[in-house]
Amino acid sequence: MDIYLDNAATTKVCEEAAQAAMNAMMTDYGNPSSKHTRGLDAEKIIKNATRIISGSIGAKPSEIVYTSGGTESNNMALIGAALAAKRRGDHVIASGYEHASVYNPLISLKDFGFETEFAPVDEMGHIKTDELLEMIRPTTVLVSVMYVNNEVGSVNDIAAIAEAVHKKNKDIIFHCDAVQAYGKYSISPEKLGIDLMSVSGHKIRGPKGSGFLYVREGVRVRPLIWGGGQQKDRRSGTENVPAIAGFAAATEQYDLKRREAVERLYELKLFFVNELNAIEGVYVHAIEREPDGSFSASGVRKTAPHIVSAGFEGARAEVLLHALEESGIYVSSGSACSANHPGISSTLKAIGVKKDLLDATLRFSFSFETTREELEKTIEVIKKILPVYTRFTRK
Amino acid sequence: MTYRAFLIKYSEIGIKGKNRYIFEDALCARIRENLAHIADGFEAIKEQGRIFLSCPEEYDYDRTVSQLKKIFGIWAICPVKVIPDNSFDSLTKATGDYVEEVYGDREITFKVEARRSDKRYPIETPQICADMGEYLLKRFANLKVDVRNPQVRIHVEIRNNAYVYSEIIPGPGGMPVGANGKAMLLLSGGIDSPVAGYMIAKRGVTVDAVYFHAPPYTSERALQKVIDLAQIISAYTGPIKLHIVNFTDIQLDIIEKCPRDELTIIMRRYMMRLAEHFAKKCGSLALVTGESIGQVASQTMQSLAVTNAVCEMPVFRPLIAFDKQDIIDISEKIGTYEISIEPYEDCCTIFVAKHPVTKPLLHVIEKSERKLEGSVEALVEKAIESVRIINVTSSKIYDKSRDE
Repeated sequence: MDIYLDNAATTKVCEEAAQAAMNAMMTDYGNPSSKHTRGLDAEKIIKNATRIISGSIGAKPSEIVYTSGGTESNNMALIGAALAAKRRGDHVIASGYEHASVYNPLISLKDFGFETEFAPVDEMGHIKTDELLEMIRPTTVLVSVMYVNNEVGSVNDIAAIAEAVHKKNKDIIFHCDAVQAYGKYSISPEKLGIDLMSVSGHKIRGPKGSGFLYVREGVRVRPLIWGGGQQKDRRSGTENVPAIAGFAAATEQYDLKRREAVERLYELKLFFVNELNAIEGVYVHAIEREPDGSFSASGVRKTAPHIVSAGFEGARAEVLLHALEESGIYVSSGSACSANHPGISSTLKAIGVKKDLLDATLRFSFSFETTREELEKTIEVIKKILPVYTRFTRK
Repeated sequence: MTYRAFLIKYSEIGIKGKNRYIFEDALCARIRENLAHIADGFEAIKEQGRIFLSCPEEYDYDRTVSQLKKIFGIWAICPVKVIPDNSFDSLTKATGDYVEEVYGDREITFKVEARRSDKRYPIETPQICADMGEYLLKRFANLKVDVRNPQVRIHVEIRNNAYVYSEIIPGPGGMPVGANGKAMLLLSGGIDSPVAGYMIAKRGVTVDAVYFHAPPYTSERALQKVIDLAQIISAYTGPIKLHIVNFTDIQLDIIEKCPRDELTIIMRRYMMRLAEHFAKKCGSLALVTGESIGQVASQTMQSLAVTNAVCEMPVFRPLIAFDKQDIIDISEKIGTYEISIEPYEDCCTIFVAKHPVTKPLLHVIEKSERKLEGSVEALVEKAIESVRIINVTSSKIYDKSRDE
């Protein structure tokens, strides 16, 4: 039986989402812009989906713009908002460990005359708010801080950061990449002070190619995709009805199950990190420790329920990953680093992980369906294979 | 102009005396195999020093030519007009029609080159050229004769039928695969070995391949990369029996017991031994590698000698005197380069020493290998027993971007 612990990369689509997408492909297959009944049926699907999705974050339906997923949402938010605000200034700030789909659009903003700065991050994987605030200038138009870090599962106090940023300058647009947070937390961007928020559907068992950008009413975002004027001109192109329908169905499931599932995941995570911690040469990243070196429920609860990052001294992440795969356990390497592929994780570096663990870190990420038995089995396999794969290394 | 036939000229096969039929038959077989997926009804028949390929009523011309350009043994591909009635009058008229259809009213200089394999034909070759030329000049104001350096050579070949053609598309040359025995290629994910496979196949050799997989140190993606490479070269070599050997345990045994700086050379000796084992089993008569003198530590003259010492079979190294850039040029031409540079590690690089030996001595290496006695034999046995063999055939999807 496979043990899939790579849910931060993507999840298996849930039955309800698959059914909804199937229906939108095979039965209600119309183009929402068509004037006939087929079109109307498709439009109804979108309206219904938008009600569910906007409801899930306490937003208005008009504040939701569907995209092809997290990457497009981040691009649209950052490039679109920066360009729309260009008259006010040319300075943008983000945390130093953002996902590539935030980092690279910000770098590309240089071509449009913007200057991008990255604020430092502490060992627990939180943005250093004071230093972020110091970076703010009169010309700062945009600040982007991720909710849950995708590699180590640390959680930023978005409400406090957004408030502090807006206190310095209320006109600054605050963007939050909530791709890893959506579904696991009850998020209200309005209450948190978020102006733009990116979400992806396939991280919560929706279809790939689904996602949205929350755009708070009144915030201007220049479209990236121009065409037939769908979604009130904000994102042209025929709406991806199957993806949107599936995404809404998945959202519904997550909202139904969240409270119970997240509780359970925290218990599992506490168990898992303490088991890992007890293995010689294994270092769990970005969770506060008790004085005795162990992890407590309160420490774990400050982090995301579904992501665990750990370094395995003397092993190579990629080899361990494939070794676990031989036992049917699927995880991801915290960094993709090999002789030919020198891309060590920026997050791990940013949070000050020891150099020899950078290339030796694995990420385990859970779904609401992950069980204690699966994690027990995983620990058992790790204990068995670790001595083998720390014995043979590169010289 | 819609062509219904090709005249295929072959290269060295023509000089192979009594064995010529073996080569011709192999070439006809390769042509049939390679066109079978394009349409039904291609027919390749030998015809006095040429192969005559007749095409079905409906077929994709570009795709057919593209496929023919990959068949070793073909020197030139000539799309021809077939003139069944070869009486001189109808021949000249039909040639005129051909010229009109192909060249329209373009201003061209031309020359007629005739050939009579049917010597009973009542008019002699120079006369055919002269009369045909005159006819064409009279009929088309846009044609001019230039016997020294014509833009277009109009070939007229009189056999049982008569054939007219003026376009000669170069083929890849070489010899038809299957005409020259079989060899086992040591295929890695790198740039060189697929090129070596391509080159040996060009000499008419059927290719099987062996790949050494070292899970979990090398990933499934590294294996898939090798399968993809095999698939690309199989467009030239024909189907490849790819042997996937699990090399992990042997490699770890060597790491544990032998000096690290000798790891690569000892590994390569085991790879050669295993490759030779599978080669014998498949009826291959030689091994083929992508080695080139001095390219890396394991390919110095001394290393090659030490590696070679374990083999009884001849080891062919078609790239031995090639510069890296020359190899890259070929890999780009045949389409393996972009796959070869995908960044997945293979088992040769994963534990490689910082400073591997470059001038190994055979007796020193043999002494190190003796430390493996008692353990490695069982591991070799296991690697042999657990081999996975997959039959890799070329993709039947037509990729126009690959046409030269």
